[in-house]
Amino acid sequence: MSISGKMKPGAGMTEYNFAYLDEQTKRMIRRAILKALAIPGYQVPFASREMPMPYGWGTGGVQVTAACLVPEDRLKVIDQGADDTTNAVSIRKFFEKTAGVATTEETARASLIQTRHRIPETPLTGDQVLVYQVPIPEPLRFLEPRETETRKMHSLEEYGLMHVKLYEDISRHGAISTAYAYPVKVEGRYVMDPSPIPKFDNPKLSDCPAIQLFGAGREQRIYALPPYTKVVSLDFEDHPFEASKADQDCALCGSATSYLDEVIVDDAGGRMFVCSDTDYCRARRAAGHVGAQGVPHEEAGA
Amino acid sequence: MRAEALSGGFAEASVEAARAFRAVMRAMARPGTVERVAGAAPPAPLSVAAGVAVLVLCDPTTPVHLAGAHDCAALRGWIGFHTGAPVVARGEAMFALGTWEALAPLEGYAPGTPDYPDRSATLIVEMARLEAAGARLTGPGIREAAALSLPEVAAFEDNAARFPLGLDFLFCCGDRLAGLPRTTRVEAI
Repeated sequence: MSISGKMKPGAGMTEYNFAYLDEQTKRMIRRAILKALAIPGYQVPFASREMPMPYGWGTGGVQVTAACLVPEDRLKVIDQGADDTTNAVSIRKFFEKTAGVATTEETARASLIQTRHRIPETPLTGDQVLVYQVPIPEPLRFLEPRETETRKMHSLEEYGLMHVKLYEDISRHGAISTAYAYPVKVEGRYVMDPSPIPKFDNPKLSDCPAIQLFGAGREQRIYALPPYTKVVSLDFEDHPFEASKADQDCALCGSATSYLDEVIVDDAGGRMFVCSDTDYCRARRAAGHVGAQGVPHEEAGA
Repeated sequence: MRAEALSGGFAEASVEAARAFRAVMRAMARPGTVERVAGAAPPAPLSVAAGVAVLVLCDPTTPVHLAGAHDCAALRGWIGFHTGAPVVARGEAMFALGTWEALAPLEGYAPGTPDYPDRSATLIVEMARLEAAGARLTGPGIREAAALSLPEVAAFEDNAARFPLGLDFLFCCGDRLAGLPRTTRVEAI
């Protein structure tokens, strides 16, 4: 056994193990991912590590991504749909540096996508993995603060409390007022928090060809949805679930179907609605679509 | 310890383990698909695929059960050196290795608890043949239906009926493997 063959100083050597985490940690996370896939919607406890970023900045997603990455991957990172915000840029650079993987902003070209609070507008394919950053993985946590109790409720399939919460929404507001992190039931068994994605994205969780993994770093939980898993948003027969969005078209690309962010543009109450998914909006403008306040793509780039 | 126990591990652990895990993850997420893996050269009777699974998933925190002919000095030495996993009886094992006949009956393995269904054993089953044909599979990870050459049907029906408790399986043959989580419904055709 010789060491010299493997050690080539200067030949792409970095001071990091591939994808930052040590192998023992990756094995522990990988085992949790496999059990999460075997029990869809169930939160598997894992020994979350300190990462070189604060809790709340996607440490769960980063650890899941690190355990899944291969050198051939092309990574995309989005923060509420945008590729160019601080969180997304930092995590993309982190993996460029520690794993040496290629990155992209185009959904269709990415093999692994880490996301904070959105599902891309472009439909995912069977070759892709979507990793969600999750702040509070327990859908019952704000209704029942004790972990011992929520764990028992999941084991007994006792989700009455969640329906009471949704019912109280209706009695108070006339409709279910939960707009994001809208609870879902997975394969008729576990109630799951889909992370704070807008409820507009909930239908995309179900029957998705891609593998969906959820990582909560501070709360130390990993859960998953295998491809083509049935995911149903909780509702009532007389108040069915409705995936809602702002009743506008994107001001830049004119899309009537994508999820929109409201942007305040001056001090006089002026506002515009633009696509939350920056790659989707850019691709539409590049294809010649122009919204009410948009300019043709060539000029926008100049 | 014999010299063969020291060889046959990953040459470049972090990268080879990453590629192998992605294949194992795809296999477990999509029951009925057969994945090819590489990087391990374990002593007989362990297959390459089962050896890769052991290197990717086992370490000193995961007790392993060796069933039948797999409980031999060569394998104990190899697994001990490369993973540090303790070899235990089936009831305490997180992973179990062997042929289907040697691993049976399934009642002895940990199926998890209602509070923690993830605390269940994963069986790594050595197969003489493995192909995407045979028993009909439906459930999460499968678009409509898939097929896999399973050793039998009744045991998997019983296993799926216990959900969320139950065992998960990796079937290995040569350098190929396929997964079968407890959620998969298995029917004979």
